[in-house]
Amino acid sequence: MTIIAENPIKAVAAPSQVQQKVIASLNRRHRKENLFRRLGLTAVLISLGLVAVLFINIFSKGLPAFWQSAITLDIYFDPQIIKIPPMPQQRDDESDNDFRQRHIEWQTEIGFVNFNRLITDSLQKILPDANKHRRDLARVVTSGERFALRDMVVADPSIIGQTRTLHLLTDANIDVWLKGNIDRSLPDGQQQLSPKMREWVDKLSADGVIQNRFSLALFMNPDSRSSLASAGLAGAFMGSFYMMLVVILLAVPMGVAAAIYLEEFAPRNKITDLVEVNINNLAAVPSIVFGLLGASVLIGWFNLPMSAPIVGGLVLSLMTLPTVIIATRSTLKAIPPSIRQAALGLGASKMQAIFHHVLPLAIPGILTGAILGVAQALGETAPLLLIGMKSFVASIPASPFEQASALPVQIYLWQGNELRNFFEARTSAAIIVLLLMMISLNGLAIWLRKKYEKRW
Amino acid sequence: MSNSAPVKISATDVKVFYGDNQALHGISMDVYQNEVISFIGPSGCGKSTFLRCMNRMNDTIEHCRVTGSILLDGRDIHEPALDVVQLRAQVGMVFQKPNPFPKSIYENISYGPKLHGLAERKADLDDIVESSLRRAGLWNEVKDRLDQPGTGLSGGQQQRLCIARSIAVSPEVILMDEPCSALDPIATSIIEELIDELKQNFTIVIVTHNMQQAARVSDRTAFFHLGNLIEIGNTNDVFTNPQQKRTEDYITGRYG
Repeated sequence: MTIIAENPIKAVAAPSQVQQKVIASLNRRHRKENLFRRLGLTAVLISLGLVAVLFINIFSKGLPAFWQSAITLDIYFDPQIIKIPPMPQQRDDESDNDFRQRHIEWQTEIGFVNFNRLITDSLQKILPDANKHRRDLARVVTSGERFALRDMVVADPSIIGQTRTLHLLTDANIDVWLKGNIDRSLPDGQQQLSPKMREWVDKLSADGVIQNRFSLALFMNPDSRSSLASAGLAGAFMGSFYMMLVVILLAVPMGVAAAIYLEEFAPRNKITDLVEVNINNLAAVPSIVFGLLGASVLIGWFNLPMSAPIVGGLVLSLMTLPTVIIATRSTLKAIPPSIRQAALGLGASKMQAIFHHVLPLAIPGILTGAILGVAQALGETAPLLLIGMKSFVASIPASPFEQASALPVQIYLWQGNELRNFFEARTSAAIIVLLLMMISLNGLAIWLRKKYEKRW
Repeated sequence: MSNSAPVKISATDVKVFYGDNQALHGISMDVYQNEVISFIGPSGCGKSTFLRCMNRMNDTIEHCRVTGSILLDGRDIHEPALDVVQLRAQVGMVFQKPNPFPKSIYENISYGPKLHGLAERKADLDDIVESSLRRAGLWNEVKDRLDQPGTGLSGGQQQRLCIARSIAVSPEVILMDEPCSALDPIATSIIEELIDELKQNFTIVIVTHNMQQAARVSDRTAFFHLGNLIEIGNTNDVFTNPQQKRTEDYITGRYG
């Protein structure tokens, strides 16, 4: 007894012939399984690694763009330079229109003021030899900052005659020089800054007058070509925002409605088969074709404005529609038919059964599909190039009918900018913004799915 | 069951086609008021199909065509003026697999009455929910958790919830399609007792695979085979003294 308990295998009879065959094949099966497991794991690791490389690359390049060289200056709002009448007040006997007219005239007058003088005057105080290099002097601060000064005066005219300490963005080339994005040993002929300018900048930087500061310019400003340092994403962001609005308002309800009709109401016949095949085909059409369609039909026939988010939104809606329809249909298909039968058996009409019971269960799936469709549309570039959204737009659109760019198009445009060593970082920063939008959209999809998910 | 009771449902020459495939070959029978009638027969014999004709659930199946006439209280259920919604409020159904809505117990019961506007005030609705659950023998088990999901109940409780749900709209006929096939013996016996009580107020048609169940709960039994009604009669007679050879073979377990 004790011997058997210690070594029970001895007590077992020799394996039968069938068992021997099973055992012989086991090794082979285990080997295959292990191989497959390792292959899968390797694939996962490689893709994770590539994602990590992508993120590290983009973030290490893009994050520095959020900090820009800015110069701290005491700006004296000199009444000798800003010679403007006081801001007009509305008189009692004056109509709104007349007042608005006078206000516009006043603003026009401000437009003639040479705000750059305020900056150069201020610079002269800290740069003793400034007068000999007036051309360089005018280039220290990026040209867009004069409008910031103008806006300050328009917002509060009482500032005239006072001195304010301001942080103004320096020229893009100064930023490049200070961040070491250009080889300092290059000969003068190949440098973008004059020798005098380089001397100034190094001195000001050493004195702490020019510092690397966090800048909202990237988020608050539209694109710019004259003042590269203050070129921002705001215009492209709003363009993308309006387009997503159009897509959400058009493609999502239309797609869901079409899917419900096709899945629940439409009879199965040749025509619905044809519709189904074509929806699947539509999902496979290259996106640039939708751009051609938008250019020829929406702009050519319906005379919608070029470069406008409304056109981009319509084109992207067309592109998103099949994605939404397919996602919604597969979600509806997955709802157990017993739920429908239960409602029908109680005397609910078909519509009631669908709207009271099927749709609430399908909502998480529909939302996930819709949001993924929208996220896909957000990153789409090719069709937008064809409807004029790659043109340079230096304003923030106030409505979907105004000219605008879009985030992915802005990335494309900046990627091609001549001032590579400045825009490389800005391009990556724009990619970061786009990625963050995507991630938040996907996060929203996950959150909504979790929120509405019910088990049955 | 005395045959003097009024006829509730009268079917004449009912044929059902699924596409080209004929599932029922002309069924004629009467269902009397307040009786329990069970349909038995081997799988695929058409008993469920015939059951589903009685509240036109076959309408929801594509390529399904029903001919012949079915009269409910003397009125043809296929006549265009009769809304299928009204029919289904009158002829309720309990399915093979318990299928409560993934909502609270209260909402499961109150859905039907709300749909048909049976309760004007919240208090009326509460009354309907309570009385339906009481009649289904579920009230004492769930009265403290009416707000919890119906899908969280046990299988037997779920099926009683479905029965309560169907009686909440006060139907006249309840169709039960193998209501106990997914339940254990104890839950089955509870449902069988329930059926016995419900026949005071409802006409019940039950499809079952379980011949003992048919013998226990029903007043009359109909035996179906290959889409034909072979025999119908008082349950006792059918089980003890079948008139047809095929019936006898089936109930003695020679095939099926």
